[in-house]
Amino acid sequence: MSAWRFFLEHRAEILGATADHLTLVMIAMAGAIAIAVPMGMLIVHRPTLRNVALALASIFQTIPSLALFGFLIPIPFIGGIGRRTAIVALVLYALLPILRNTYVGLTGIDPAVLEAAEAMGMTQSQILWRVRLPLARAVILAGIRTATIITIGVATIAAAIGAGGLGTFIFRGVAMVSDAVILAGAIPAALLAIAADLVLGWIERRLKIC
Amino acid sequence: MNYHVRSRSRRVSILMSPKTVPEKPDPTIQFQNVTYSINGSAHHTIVSEIQFSVRSGQTLVLLGRSGSGKTTLLKLINRLLVPTAGKVVVRERSTAEWDAIQLRRTIGYVIQEAGLFPHFTVAENIALVPSLEHWDAERTSARVDELLTLVGLDPAQFGSRRPHELSGGQRQRVGVARALGADPPILLMDEPFGALDPVTRAELQREFNALAKRLSKTIVFVTHDLREALLLASRIILLEKGRVVADATPQEFPSIDHPEVRAFTASLVPLPGIQA
Repeated sequence: MSAWRFFLEHRAEILGATADHLTLVMIAMAGAIAIAVPMGMLIVHRPTLRNVALALASIFQTIPSLALFGFLIPIPFIGGIGRRTAIVALVLYALLPILRNTYVGLTGIDPAVLEAAEAMGMTQSQILWRVRLPLARAVILAGIRTATIITIGVATIAAAIGAGGLGTFIFRGVAMVSDAVILAGAIPAALLAIAADLVLGWIERRLKIC
Repeated sequence: MNYHVRSRSRRVSILMSPKTVPEKPDPTIQFQNVTYSINGSAHHTIVSEIQFSVRSGQTLVLLGRSGSGKTTLLKLINRLLVPTAGKVVVRERSTAEWDAIQLRRTIGYVIQEAGLFPHFTVAENIALVPSLEHWDAERTSARVDELLTLVGLDPAQFGSRRPHELSGGQRQRVGVARALGADPPILLMDEPFGALDPVTRAELQREFNALAKRLSKTIVFVTHDLREALLLASRIILLEKGRVVADATPQEFPSIDHPEVRAFTASLVPLPGIQA
């Protein structure tokens, strides 16, 4: 069976899986951003917490994704089979790029600007919100962009623990030894990643301050 | 808070009153036997046993080579640094007793390269301290226009620009305007013209002189350029390795018999075909 015919015959199913996939990624990204950006802001002035947070986030990223999904299954409340576990794993996976870019963005600011801000009588929190954060926006978004692209790829593996999405086709295709079925999952996933890259890249460029 | 109220009543504008009468004849800034060491370690002493005072309305130039401790003295005034020993008294209170934020909002600060906020417009940069002090919009925008005019920039043309759309000289003008935002009685300037081309620098120095006369602020100005010091100062303090080695008016300064003074005056002698 040619890939093209399989696509046409299963287009509704593929579209549905793409939508599921996108939902999975968006929920995970929302969670990761909600954790990593405030955490990045918190560690600017706290060196000990900074080392712990960055080390932890790095560790999550070094665990092979399939293993991470596996590890989470037996854990109560967040574990089990299904989407919830997958989302937790994807969040953990996406933390590092966002956290690191938030931290780098907030601290990589022209020292003259920070010195001026302090000398003019801005408090540390005013400097954080009114100087550091606006100037770090583009760098933070670059981290979100990297994390999104990684998550779109990793989310295909989530199908292994029953989370649905485009990975369903890939695993089914592997089991059936059918390129057409694998491609039905792989091509939309790749297109999603490219689209996300373009859209977020465009926003990132608009946020840049010359 | 205290200052805030006072500045309100005084705001009738620096343009209209050619000289702001100092409230007290007392020295505005006093260094009382001040030593500063990094982390308090005697091996890393930056300045030692500094003793001098600045009268209000005076333009004091701190002159010295790189690493002589000029900038450290400046940062001790607005409590970016706190002395290891001795004390710095600003407007009759030791900086250690001042609330750092309150103190800094009454002291303008201008640095090399200006340190303007790149994400703010020129007007927003100048309005920074007024906005921190919760001025209303009308008063703030009037103040911004007044200051832009004061530093020779047309408010209509420059107010909405971003710093990257300005030349180096224009950025530095905005830096001065920003420092004057809430009409602080004291102005600290750390090599403000150091990064400018010589022609622009000379132009800004001339304007600075006129401005300093008009505003009667207490100004502490850091430079390593004797020519600039002689041009702008009402008094010059020369630092060498963290110690004061000369303290004189610009008229007296060149004739002081001290090796570091001679080193500086020698630097003024232009080589044939080369401008100092």
